[in-house]
Amino acid sequence: MLNEKLLVGSHAPYWHSGISIRERSYHTLLAALPAVLMGIYQFGIPALRVMALSISCAILWELILNRVMKRPVTIGDGDAAVIGLLFGMLLPATVPWWVVVLGTAVAVTVGKWIYGGLGCNPLNPALVAIATLIISYKGVMDLDQAYLNYDFSFPAADPLKAVKALGTAAVARYSLTGLLMGQQVGGVGTIFALGLMIGGLYLILRGLIRWEISLSYIVGVLVTAYVFNLVHPEKYAGPWFHLLAGYTLLGAFFLITEYSSSPVNLIPMVIFGVGAGVMTILIRNIGGFTDGVVFAILLFNIANPLLDKIRPRALGRSK
Amino acid sequence: MIKRPFFAITKPKLRGSRVWGLPKEVLVEIPLPKKATFVVKGPFPKVDELMIGIGDRVRTGQKVRLATDRGDYFISSVTGTVSNISPRSGYMGQACTAVSVNAAEKDQRDDEFGRVAKDVSLQNVIKYLASLPGAPNFGSVVSFKPPLEALVVTGVDSDLLVTKNQFVVDTEAEALKLGIETLRKISGIQRIILLVPDYLKKQAEKTGAEVRAMDPLYPDTLPRMIMKKLLGKTVPVGKRCEDLGIGFVSAEAVVALQKAFSEGQVPLHKLVTVIKKEGSTVHAKARIGTPVKDVLKALQIETFQGDRVVLGGPMAGLALFSEEEPVEADTNAIMVQDKVQIVPGSDSHCVNCGECVRVCPAKMPVNMLIRYLENGRFEEAAQGYDLLSCIECGLCTYACIVRIPIFQYVMLGKQEIARIRSAEEAHA
Repeated sequence: MLNEKLLVGSHAPYWHSGISIRERSYHTLLAALPAVLMGIYQFGIPALRVMALSISCAILWELILNRVMKRPVTIGDGDAAVIGLLFGMLLPATVPWWVVVLGTAVAVTVGKWIYGGLGCNPLNPALVAIATLIISYKGVMDLDQAYLNYDFSFPAADPLKAVKALGTAAVARYSLTGLLMGQQVGGVGTIFALGLMIGGLYLILRGLIRWEISLSYIVGVLVTAYVFNLVHPEKYAGPWFHLLAGYTLLGAFFLITEYSSSPVNLIPMVIFGVGAGVMTILIRNIGGFTDGVVFAILLFNIANPLLDKIRPRALGRSK
Repeated sequence: MIKRPFFAITKPKLRGSRVWGLPKEVLVEIPLPKKATFVVKGPFPKVDELMIGIGDRVRTGQKVRLATDRGDYFISSVTGTVSNISPRSGYMGQACTAVSVNAAEKDQRDDEFGRVAKDVSLQNVIKYLASLPGAPNFGSVVSFKPPLEALVVTGVDSDLLVTKNQFVVDTEAEALKLGIETLRKISGIQRIILLVPDYLKKQAEKTGAEVRAMDPLYPDTLPRMIMKKLLGKTVPVGKRCEDLGIGFVSAEAVVALQKAFSEGQVPLHKLVTVIKKEGSTVHAKARIGTPVKDVLKALQIETFQGDRVVLGGPMAGLALFSEEEPVEADTNAIMVQDKVQIVPGSDSHCVNCGECVRVCPAKMPVNMLIRYLENGRFEEAAQGYDLLSCIECGLCTYACIVRIPIFQYVMLGKQEIARIRSAEEAHA
């Protein structure tokens, strides 16, 4: 018995599709690349600085928390890098370094590890950090202030803020093509709408995000913006403007689709997406904040467990 | 191994393999083993109830009862002396008893069945053919009370890569035709449906039975999915297909039944699809009880430390700890995996990616279920999260992004629920 060769025993199935968290993470990084590169092109080295610092800090915090919480080192799965990436993409290019360090600490600690790490977070970690910053430090997320020293070929005012203050008259200054091609001020990775769409489409085709959520979120945003625009065309901007400006597309493809804070069944996914989309426009148009994406998604993250109770009847179950 | 495609917006499509009119030479006959082991379900009998002992001689085809208090028996597929009787634990710790026989080189046929084989009757089936190759519970299916409405003869193979039933339909159409008649006669069930993959439809129609063709897309080939998709009957939780009047018998068993009565001999051979490391398959015919080791040796398949040997197919087979384990009546395939092909599971937490929910054919909330199962809360899993709806296809584990052995947790949960409920009944 002792010198018998040992076979590997395990339970069925003996095949695996080959997917892994690592693959998901690195392909998310890849999908975000066009948008990030455009941010670096528009805002220069400061944008690169924010992205590099954000990703490396997030990984470092993850490593520290792995050690502190006596858990296996999980930086290899790339989840921390994705958190750092998304957090960096949301920040203006000129934020001071401590904002990035603090933000990533909040994202990785409060956003992820206090709940037990990967898969246990009820809220999107990057959004938890951004929300903390928006509430705690009013100035740092102000896009008008952030790009004062830049000389752009396009209007250097935050489009959403301009619309909020001046009504639709401000929209005329922004061309939709310009917004699509990254000619707006915003977070490092949020300005290039086309790049985000390409990245999002890539993730959807790869099956790495749940397209139902993305699609219903976009539908929610478009329909609500359209209704507002219909009622008060001079006060509220149209749906396409809302789709291309601000955090909408990053939210639709990268933030709202975060696995553990979003539902998995079809009807809940649609309610979740549409609800967050509606809430985004509500906050933008009649709420107190300039961009509603952050709080709208966080709010629906909280509703996720409740929503996911709506599910199909399993095989062989009676009513 | 069928991997996830690069672009994967839809569910994975796992289609069963085909046999394309393979010549009969492809069937490799495994030589007579030196030792054969027969596994009988149920715990080790009390010593004074044992009906056989070490050193007893058995003949080929002899019906051997294990204990006086049980009707269970096995058919010895070799001639020789009993060398060992020992308790053994099967899947999920199920109690079994294994009887090993040291085989002599020459067969001595037992003719007990041969004397009564002219009488094609249910009584003789129960007495000698309760377990047939490819249908270990054949006796209980055909004698099910109340009588079944229909029998489905499966010419499809439930697991991926396994092709032995298709092989039977393809090469033994004549015996299958007669077998279906025999089946009708002994069971009294008039409606017999022959289920085959699309490409074997013409071949199957030669049998004259009611033929249904299907696309062998996994897991549609599992009995409960066949019930739902082809027969339009959903099996309620806690019921079996038989409770709805439908029984399942493999094509291999029907042919074995036919040959048993026409040749007057209890079938001794099991047809297995052997899946080699590189994924190619070959059909082998081995005596029931032959150690897996002998089958692999005859086919010149080498295994090394760290490899995996599976009884069954890649989705629902049973991994072996030792190659000494025998080929049994339900061993449809033997799969060998090289150690580099093994994807280890992990104890990571579920990330809620939803892949399992997408692939689950039973529409179970697998993402929630696994949270309860991991924490041992089986009752809640069964009552609130549809644990018992599982049709045991294994797709959840196949698709899991963090590689949690979900299928194993589900089977453990089902086992525990069964144990808890039977204990409750016993104390009620």
